[in-house]
Amino acid sequence: MHPIFATAILAAVSQSPSPTSRPRRVALFVTCLVDLFRPSIGFAAVKLLEEAGCTVEVPPLQVCCGQPAYNSGDRATTRAIAAQVIDAFEGYDAVVAPSGSCGGMLSHHYPGLFDDDPAMKARAERLAGRSYELMAFLVDVLGVKKVSARYDGTVTYHDSCSGLRELGVKEQPRWLLETVQGLSVHEMKTPEVCCGFGGTFCVKYPEISNAMVGEKSADIAASGADTLLAGDLGCLMNMAGKLQREGSAIRVRHVAEVLAGMGDLPPIGEPDRDGKWGGPS
Amino acid sequence: MSETSTTARAQILNGIRRSLRRGEITGEQRQAVEARLARPPLGPAVARARLAQPEKVALFCQWAETNNATVARVAAPDVAAEVVSFLARNNLPARAAMAPSPLLAGYDWDSQKMLSLRQGRGEANDQVSVTGAFAGIAETGTLVMASGPDHPVTLNLLPDTHIVVIRESDIVSGYEEVWTRLRERYGKNRMPRTVNTITGPSRTGDIEQAMELGAHGPRRMHIVVVRE
Amino acid sequence: MGRAQLMESTARDFNDNVDHALADPNLQDSLAKLKVGFSERRRQAAERLPEFEVLRDRARDIKNHALANLDFYLEEFERKVLALGGHVHWAPTAADARRIIGELCQSMGARTVAKSKSMVAEEIALNEHLEELGIAPIETDLGEYIIQLRREPPSHIIAPAVHLTKDQVADTFLEHHAKLGFTKRLTERNDLVAEARHVLRQKFLDADVGLTGANFLVAETGSSMLVTNEGNADLSNTLPRMHIVLASIEKVIPTLEDAAVLLRVLARSATGQESSAYTTLNTGPKRPGDLDGPEHYHVVILDNGRSAVLGTEMQEILRCIRCGACMNHCPVYGAIGGHAYGWVYPGPLGAVLTPQLIGVEEAGNLPNASTFCGRCESVCPVRIPLPKLMRHWREREFERHLTPTAVRQGLALWSFVARRPALYRRLTGLTNRVLALFGRAEGRYRALPLAGGWTRFRDLPAPPAGGTFHAQWKKRRP
Repeated sequence: MHPIFATAILAAVSQSPSPTSRPRRVALFVTCLVDLFRPSIGFAAVKLLEEAGCTVEVPPLQVCCGQPAYNSGDRATTRAIAAQVIDAFEGYDAVVAPSGSCGGMLSHHYPGLFDDDPAMKARAERLAGRSYELMAFLVDVLGVKKVSARYDGTVTYHDSCSGLRELGVKEQPRWLLETVQGLSVHEMKTPEVCCGFGGTFCVKYPEISNAMVGEKSADIAASGADTLLAGDLGCLMNMAGKLQREGSAIRVRHVAEVLAGMGDLPPIGEPDRDGKWGGPS
Repeated sequence: MSETSTTARAQILNGIRRSLRRGEITGEQRQAVEARLARPPLGPAVARARLAQPEKVALFCQWAETNNATVARVAAPDVAAEVVSFLARNNLPARAAMAPSPLLAGYDWDSQKMLSLRQGRGEANDQVSVTGAFAGIAETGTLVMASGPDHPVTLNLLPDTHIVVIRESDIVSGYEEVWTRLRERYGKNRMPRTVNTITGPSRTGDIEQAMELGAHGPRRMHIVVVRE
Repeated sequence: MGRAQLMESTARDFNDNVDHALADPNLQDSLAKLKVGFSERRRQAAERLPEFEVLRDRARDIKNHALANLDFYLEEFERKVLALGGHVHWAPTAADARRIIGELCQSMGARTVAKSKSMVAEEIALNEHLEELGIAPIETDLGEYIIQLRREPPSHIIAPAVHLTKDQVADTFLEHHAKLGFTKRLTERNDLVAEARHVLRQKFLDADVGLTGANFLVAETGSSMLVTNEGNADLSNTLPRMHIVLASIEKVIPTLEDAAVLLRVLARSATGQESSAYTTLNTGPKRPGDLDGPEHYHVVILDNGRSAVLGTEMQEILRCIRCGACMNHCPVYGAIGGHAYGWVYPGPLGAVLTPQLIGVEEAGNLPNASTFCGRCESVCPVRIPLPKLMRHWREREFERHLTPTAVRQGLALWSFVARRPALYRRLTGLTNRVLALFGRAEGRYRALPLAGGWTRFRDLPAPPAGGTFHAQWKKRRP
């Protein structure tokens, strides 16, 4: 097929589903790690969503999805935080998180917290039905087929567990990465094996976590890639921290940053040598 | 039944009922469970074995070989010769313990003057056994042995080499047809004492997860499929 | 019932066990093989059978149905066994099962018992009990035989000696078989297998009683069903004069058709085989005219706390068919092996079942030592939501104040802040600025107060300058 036709078809396909059926008013669930450690991921998400035709809002009363309490067995606190999130995110067409873990919490775990409270359960289910992980939302819901970004590098992609197994995020980021100019993907051997982060797990059982991330870093290094990407900042901080402790030069970034054309920012855990973090543009 | 065992039985069964928050099941629920037991629902069909008989036989042979058995397909008059030839090819003595089965007796063993057969159960020092099979399962290349006076279980287990003679018409798609045939032959709710389903020679992966053949049962399995 | 009636637990020492496991090079070598081998073979087996996922759904439904009618099917099973001249014994506790089996062995004047691998027998520490009675239990599954010689517990439910290397097995055999005339240290796997076969063959022939577990008890026919690769279980239930089946209550299934579904997912999930080499149905004792087989057939049905799990949020663990896929795919098991879990059942299965059977006070670490990566659930042939069940244990620990104090206090502080968005913003804003400021030169921290759990093994990325996302957003989009 002539490239011009291919481009035309691609452009036509990338229009569907029709703009009118798209969720227009999208709330960004920033996630607490992105808020505190890597705001650029949030801005990358906003950029990708706006480029796809969404209006993005950031509900100001959002804090955390409640996973630290949920996974520590503190159900009462989890419910209180979930109720707070449900309040903060009421009324949007969609709620999108640049994280499979937090996205999964909203879409898969909230309703079960309110089995004894039908009114809250109904609200939790409404939120769950409208909550998405960023990559899945862009590709599966908005029908985004390509991005206009450039990244000169060889990347390897780690499938974060919640995104992969709870939300079915696997091919979506890879499809979009294929459309980034200058970028090629070198898969590691076991991209689907947990990196050992696991939220509080990594500090409760640091030795086991270390064994897991050590194996992961070896797999990443063996892929020959110069950049590691993933869709969850927790996993990325864990892998970046291990790679850097081992003296590796592999750059670590969130997939949204690369897709949004923000691949020239200093990688996670690297100093700002060129003054890229000069403040908001 | 002793008093303690009656109490123990009641303790367990009542414990189950207490946990399930009900008494003994009765009425419609009981009828439903009894009906399920009487007419068991079939599981999802496995497409790969739903074939015409010749393809089914071929699939059986293919899986049996994949599972480290050897297979020969012969006509009925050649069964005895194939057994002798297999033993010769593998430098085994022309001596075997054979199941006292009428079906096996129908083959022309007298034609093989060199072959010494002993009918009876398997013994510890048997090198070779010859048995029939109740059925073969095409889906996995599995043989089904039904125990009885005509088929001692020890013949399936003790010898180093197990030769199994099976008729093409006894090869079925999956377990479900084996169960049907067992019920037809032995009566519903009346299984043979032992049904061994055997897929290839004995094996173990217990040392460094590497498969080694011949753990406790036969090291070698040869299947003679009788053309009909 | 005392702990003395159960296999000794070291689950309480989980963290020490982990340290030992991570420092054991032989174990780490073995685990490296396991992680690749089992999961790859299972994946291929699942791909070869297009119906695999539908079969998993049905397998789950069958077990759910059996559990919902467990009393009915157990009684039905018993009725069929009795009708064919077999015997059924009910053992509410481990102590009951040990006593029943001990008495049965004594009734035969047994000196040795040929045992085929049974995790339930491990659970009730049967071997110790038999030894106290002067009866020698002989493990005949190769893996179990090896660890019996080494006086070790199993480290995996289907591959009990998976933690050992070939060289360790060679040393063990030399040590124990020399007195039998095997004085050469072997180096090849097939020679080791052959030597074990030779040594054990005579023990099978001499045994007075054969004891096996059961993968399934079929209510329709009163049959016990056993799946093995070696053929040792078949010799155990054929050669001795008495066959004892030891099975827990949740092993009963309705019919042979149900068994067909479960068998299709069992071997593929366990070893990636299309079918195990031997699947055997035993129904009652030797019949008139039979030339071999046991004269006596006894089934011991063990509860040991399982009936109390029914009707609770943990019930789903009773669907387990003991394939081992959850541990084969668990990255935590893959890092520390089975012994670290401290009791019979390791991996995600153990993390759920062990607290139930020996108490969450003893085994509280197990359900916590998981990242909830969900790989276990994704391969479980009967779709047990293992992470969810582990989380339920954490909830029970939290309710009962068993969660470590430091974790509780940290959580209380965090939750106080997390429920006050304005306070949260101020604190994260401050933290962000401090971390960004002191981390700006290197971009990360090699050590940080209060973050030792993290920085012991990895650097902590520092946030860039410019403030939190919310602070920046407020400036950009007021």
